[in-house]
Amino acid sequence: MATEAHGEETGGLVFHPLDQFIVKPLFGEIGDPVSWYTITNVTLWMALAVLAIVALFVFGSRGRAIVPTRTQSIGEILYGFTYKMVEDVAGKDAIKFFPYIMTLFMFILFANYLGLLPMSFATTSHIAVTAVLALAVFLTVTIVGFVKNGTKFLGLFWVSSAPLALRPILAIIELISYFVRPVSHSIRLGGNIMAGHAVMKVFAGFAAVAAISPFAVLSITAIYGLEMLVAGVQAYVFAILTCVYLKDALHPSH
Amino acid sequence: MATEETEVAADAAHGAADAAHGAAEASGAGMPQLDFSTFGNQIFWLVVTLVVIHVVFTKIALPRIAGVLAERQGTITSDLAAAEELKQKAVDAEDAYKKALADARTEAQKIVADAKAEIQADLDAAQAKADAEIAAKTAESEKAITEIREGAADSAKEVAKDTVTAILSAMGFSADAKTVTSAVNDRAKG
Amino acid sequence: MEGDIAQLGQFIGAGLAGIGSGAAAIGVGHVAGNFLAGALRNPSAAGGQTATLFIGIAFAEALGIFSFLIALLLMFAV
Repeated sequence: MATEAHGEETGGLVFHPLDQFIVKPLFGEIGDPVSWYTITNVTLWMALAVLAIVALFVFGSRGRAIVPTRTQSIGEILYGFTYKMVEDVAGKDAIKFFPYIMTLFMFILFANYLGLLPMSFATTSHIAVTAVLALAVFLTVTIVGFVKNGTKFLGLFWVSSAPLALRPILAIIELISYFVRPVSHSIRLGGNIMAGHAVMKVFAGFAAVAAISPFAVLSITAIYGLEMLVAGVQAYVFAILTCVYLKDALHPSH
Repeated sequence: MATEETEVAADAAHGAADAAHGAAEASGAGMPQLDFSTFGNQIFWLVVTLVVIHVVFTKIALPRIAGVLAERQGTITSDLAAAEELKQKAVDAEDAYKKALADARTEAQKIVADAKAEIQADLDAAQAKADAEIAAKTAESEKAITEIREGAADSAKEVAKDTVTAILSAMGFSADAKTVTSAVNDRAKG
Repeated sequence: MEGDIAQLGQFIGAGLAGIGSGAAAIGVGHVAGNFLAGALRNPSAAGGQTATLFIGIAFAEALGIFSFLIALLLMFAV
């Protein structure tokens, strides 16, 4: 319905860059109501992410070879990379959160890259998804902080190295920045992915004009390359920020 | 007429745009991200996905990869130890070889020295024998020469006596043999 | 007519919010440039600081994404 209305707009330039993010039921009409259990394109692309992860990490390593095959080697590199990141950034005692961070990292990584396939659906571009991920991290970090350190965790907000007069103000700033964390954490990921995909669609709209279509196609190619980088970097940043927050929770003293 | 038509068209377009706006608002918002009616669905499937991935990781994938990595580390360590051992063996073998070479060289030198000494001894013995033979021959020769010389002197005295006697008798003198002999002997000595 | 003025305001606001993306680009360039300058001075310490570099870039980038989001909201959601 919305698509039809957009088509009425002027000339050959038709921009509706956000239509690619519409959640629609996989079986049925676009206008059908979406209840919580409906199988939608979200379900499809998340399931594909799961399949890709299983293919890489379970079937890829089923040989348990001492000299790894290529697939097993990729899985081992990702494992080693994440393990080292958790160890270096969050500390040795954060290793027990390694499967948790690995889950988040791999889901975001695979969802980002699957979202870059043409005609696909980028699940991580939705604020609902990234907000749940960020809130999960936020809640984990807060609970772990209080369980591990008790009330000493509140020392995170009380900067003991600052002059006494400044400490209440700093405490307020620290508190605000602590609660802004999930917001920025989720919007950074969702916004980056959505922005990249929307920009590609905008350039695709320019390709309808013959005079600038070569430029548009070249631009799409270049931006696609950039988005390949962004997809990896955003997943990495999400994971490493999780590690940083976890380090704060485990060692709250500044 | 024409203007009217354009106006109508513009109105229609406007109406359509309004309708689109309305439709967008009806379905939540212009941005699909802010369409709250789909949030429940997305969150549900996200949680399912995360739980599945987490279970796959903790139950299968991560222990397996950790095991493979540990096994490889162990293999590499033991391989390195084996390599170190083999290297030590090679060094030992080289030492043994060098020692054998040195022994062989000493042995060879000893054999050469023995042979030389033996040859020298043989040579010395042969030389001594030859010297002795030469000395014997010389002595014999000298003895023969002495005999000959003495023989010759006696013969000369005989001849001289005979000659003296003959000359004296020829000159009409007589002389006894004894005087002649002493005179000849004096002369021979002189 | 009233709606048209509102739409005008939306589009102008979206355009102004788009400036924020450029500002974020300056910020990211600043982070990366300073990292490179420091890395060339002390290359041995650079390897351990790539994580910090990415965190810095992410923070700078996030604020630009916020302004982009505001632009999108003005264009499509208001």
